[in-house]
Amino acid sequence: MGVVGEGTRASPAPGAAWYTNWLATWTLAVLLFVGRIRDLLWRGRPRPPKGYAPLTDPQSSFYARRIYGRIHDCWNRPIASAPGPWVDVLERESLEGRTRATRALPPTGARRRCLNLGSYNYLGFAASDPYCTPRVLGALSAGGVSPCASRACGGALPVHSELEAMVAEFVGAEDAIAYGMGFATNSASLPVLCGPGALVLSDALNHTSIVAGVRSGGAAVRVFRHNDMRHLEALLRYHIAEGQPRTHRPWKKILIVVEGTYSMEGESPPLAAIVSLKKRYGAYLYLDEAHSIGAMGGTGRGLCEHAGVDPRDVDVLMGTFTKSFGSAGGYVAGSRAVIAYLRRHSPAHLYAAALAPGAAAQVVAALRLMRGEGGGGRGAAKVAQLHGNAHYMRRRLIAMGLHVLGDWDSPVVPVMVYHVGLLGAISRALLRRRVAAVVVGFPATPLLLCRLRICVSAAHSREDLDYALDAIRDVAEVAGIDYARPAGRLWGLRAAARRAAAAAAAALARGGAGGAEGGGHGGGGGTRSASGGGSGAGSWRGSSSSCCSGSASGGEAESEELSAAAADAHSCASSTAGAECCCDEAACACAGARAASC
Amino acid sequence: MRRLTRKACLLAALGLCAVAWSKAAEGPLRRALSFSSLATSLRDVDAGKIIQALQEMRLRPIRQAWAEFWDIFGPGGRLHPDWFIEHQGHLFIEGGLMAIILVLFFQSGYRPSKEQEEEPLTEREIDELCREWKPEPLVPDIAEEDQLPEPPVIQEWENSHWVTVAGRRALNLTAADFLGLSNDPSVAAAARATVERYGVGSCGPRGFYGTFDVHLQLEQDLAAFMGEEEAIIYSYDIATVASVIPAFASRADILVMDEGCSYPIQQGAKLSRARVFTFKHNDAGDLAALLGRIEAEEARERKPLCRRMIVVEGVYSNTGEVAPLRRIYELKERYKYRLCVEETLSFGVMGERGRGACEAAGLEPGQVEIICASMSGALGSVGGFCVGHSEVCDHQRLCGQGYCFSASLPPYLATAAIAALRILGTPDGQALARRVRGAAAELRAALAAGPPGLVLAGAADGPAAASPVVHLHLDPSVESRLGPRPAVAAALQRVADILLQRYGVFVALPRYSVLDEVHPRQSIKLVANAALASEGRVEHVASALREAAAEVLGGSDGGSDGGGAA
Repeated sequence: MGVVGEGTRASPAPGAAWYTNWLATWTLAVLLFVGRIRDLLWRGRPRPPKGYAPLTDPQSSFYARRIYGRIHDCWNRPIASAPGPWVDVLERESLEGRTRATRALPPTGARRRCLNLGSYNYLGFAASDPYCTPRVLGALSAGGVSPCASRACGGALPVHSELEAMVAEFVGAEDAIAYGMGFATNSASLPVLCGPGALVLSDALNHTSIVAGVRSGGAAVRVFRHNDMRHLEALLRYHIAEGQPRTHRPWKKILIVVEGTYSMEGESPPLAAIVSLKKRYGAYLYLDEAHSIGAMGGTGRGLCEHAGVDPRDVDVLMGTFTKSFGSAGGYVAGSRAVIAYLRRHSPAHLYAAALAPGAAAQVVAALRLMRGEGGGGRGAAKVAQLHGNAHYMRRRLIAMGLHVLGDWDSPVVPVMVYHVGLLGAISRALLRRRVAAVVVGFPATPLLLCRLRICVSAAHSREDLDYALDAIRDVAEVAGIDYARPAGRLWGLRAAARRAAAAAAAALARGGAGGAEGGGHGGGGGTRSASGGGSGAGSWRGSSSSCCSGSASGGEAESEELSAAAADAHSCASSTAGAECCCDEAACACAGARAASC
Repeated sequence: MRRLTRKACLLAALGLCAVAWSKAAEGPLRRALSFSSLATSLRDVDAGKIIQALQEMRLRPIRQAWAEFWDIFGPGGRLHPDWFIEHQGHLFIEGGLMAIILVLFFQSGYRPSKEQEEEPLTEREIDELCREWKPEPLVPDIAEEDQLPEPPVIQEWENSHWVTVAGRRALNLTAADFLGLSNDPSVAAAARATVERYGVGSCGPRGFYGTFDVHLQLEQDLAAFMGEEEAIIYSYDIATVASVIPAFASRADILVMDEGCSYPIQQGAKLSRARVFTFKHNDAGDLAALLGRIEAEEARERKPLCRRMIVVEGVYSNTGEVAPLRRIYELKERYKYRLCVEETLSFGVMGERGRGACEAAGLEPGQVEIICASMSGALGSVGGFCVGHSEVCDHQRLCGQGYCFSASLPPYLATAAIAALRILGTPDGQALARRVRGAAAELRAALAAGPPGLVLAGAADGPAAASPVVHLHLDPSVESRLGPRPAVAAALQRVADILLQRYGVFVALPRYSVLDEVHPRQSIKLVANAALASEGRVEHVASALREAAAEVLGGSDGGSDGGGAA
């Protein structure tokens, strides 16, 4: 339960209604309970040989076996085409009747062409490209598949130096160093930069590679609340004043580590504020631009450009080539001294095989395009297209009444689901509608903040996005995740009930007595309640819960009226549908709970 | 600590009071102390006389008030002590005491007196401290002894065995592509075809549509080649073992490592936070003693059964020596440990079928629980893999950090590895591996006597002879003559330069990070490969080394010991 407990502590995302949280907790509790019972009755994991401890700790693998195991067909779906805007997803055997909880499912051989909302193909460099692919093939001839040696020990090729110079120029730093893997870029650079005696102030949502890097360096770590500058400043002040624990010596250095775009949130940190803080307190700043390089800023130069910050004010700019540039590997850019030190001491430079020349050539070609040196300005158009697509997607999803996180420009568009129980259903339903999107739950997010994550690409056309939006709207309606919809679902039930009550009160008030609140809203609500309370079931439920809605404050009722008025025609039309299909279990449970609390 | 003691004392005192109270309420003290004595004294007052006196004073209202008072407090009244005791009133007092005890017990802390407490820093003081604080630079200046010349850059790449460096075409003895499989046309063709079909990057981790059909194919092929149940591929070599170890060891578990293990293993051990024990490099006797000590210790402290793993390298990348795997296997079986072998430099070369050092040591597939290796070795590609039971691989798919949280291997590198693996599995591939093993043994034998001033690391015969990586350390006497590390590095660099420019042999000088806890000795590293296996090449390289070393290291006063070594 230790693992499970950690996730529940996180505060729910803003906007989740209390009953959503309550139901999500309840779903999880049922899953945990059933899982425990099953653990009691069946072993569910191989028995270790005598004298050996089990290979996996049964407590820590509980979540994997009993919760993830129920829906693990939603992940690791193999594909058999380039991860472009449309992708061939290989169908796999059914999850039913499998004895080993998390065993990979064998493909059946059938394929399904799906719209790809899962890959990090932000700029559309994933598939073969008329400009990049010939250059990659050229590099394969000129440098082989792999140098099979580390950069420091005879694996250095001219394409590496060219790449590093281009990256440094692109991000606006003095120098850069390229590595063969994005994860290793963090996990091998951070320990070189911060050893014992250093303090790392890390955002609560930083990626695992950062955690691994900091931990293997031996620096002390304090976590500040996600994007909370006041907490960051408080930590800075406290730790500078207090020094190291026990010895009370001053810290050798303080490194603030943030990401340019958080991969599960789509949010960017307030970089200008962080830079001013780090300057005021003499800390250093490490910015992980894995998801923001190429995607943020007018010309794709990352968060610095987006936030209007001089890149030289950021001490270490790290990024990867796996996302926007459709390649592999990562870079660290910064001052000459920092990069020279990394060249001398970074394990990924000294011990690991050098970046494959084909991958390096792909990045060089992509950067050339972005700088407008080839392809007739296609590169600049890609960034504009990406931002346009991201804006369009966000706007439409918000209009649908979904809880959408993230910055407008960010290509990562998370849609909150909250319920762990809905993840599998949503992912499978979307796949049936030929949309390959990613659902994310624990451990990538807290347990009660499960979400559907959509990655928008510059390669998506407007028709592609409309296709995806249609599918998402249908699935969201069935799953009931349109939490913010003014007149949808559960909210619609309450609204319908309130309106029915208001109409009844208005009718009674003609006699003269009471009903002030109902009378006040009678004009607006009464007309619509005719459709809302039309069905028998709806009006019956309405009367059962009218006692509590009647006591609701005037302010709440008013804001609801406002949002109802702002809703466009289609949501108005579907409000009746929402009221009619409110015999959904969740709605019943909730209505029952409300009635009981009265 | 002091607070706790105080709290405990307070609690004890209160407890004693409570006990005393309850005893007193029952025992003889009751009469003396409790309400009953009070009651008796009240009963003795002659109420009638008082009433009469009051009547005489004709103070009716007062008399009435007294009568009412007496109804309540007099004998039989509701507030008379007797009534109180009969109706168990002492329970209220005891309950109150209990409540006080509980409040004290759950108090967050006992506040010491004002004098001991430090005044918290004021905002102004914190401002002052923040202004005063001077951080160190983000990176220190590179220490003088760590300064090394720029590493060589390959100017022209012909194939993995022939390159042009610093304007000179040379035999490449740095690349770990032992068999030259990446030079095979089928490998290059596979890579090119995949680039055209799939593009370069995978654009996502394995979980999120980053699993390609070719990844599954490669995993299947690797498992079949190694004769194991399942394989799992990582996208980078140093991330492989550094992810595998933390997946199977955590805080309470035990890791036993060779002290010469390379950095990725050290990092994995550090990330796992397990209890790490090291044994003397390649010393099975020391390992046996260590395992015995650990077992005794665990039994003495009655620790619960935990996961225990021995981690070794098949061929040590820092020295080129081969681990005594047979002995280690026997010890692991005896003490019930799992065994993890890093086979990066032995996979594809050692063993009859090229399965690596474990096969060469006569171990069957399945006997070693976890085998990790790099694909930038014999497979001539990029990435890493791990083979083992399906349970081992399944668990990594959920808990291997470098697997779950990293973009997957570019598909073209996977198809290149598949094509290379296909060649490796054929009789031709096995013959090639045999030739490379032969060349390595020959090179070792030729260098066993040692070029002047250089010493071969590890044995030149026995099972170690097949190791394809040869390290030449400086002779300690020469090293002490040369003095500080920069001078040693410069001397070795001169040897390498002469080898390259005069003899056309490209060798590497390994460098080590400040993070590396092992601090291996500086050396010249030679990687045996298929091109070296050609007629006369080994002799050429050995004589080139001898001549270059004699020129650089055997100079001035060192001529005699150089000659002695030769």
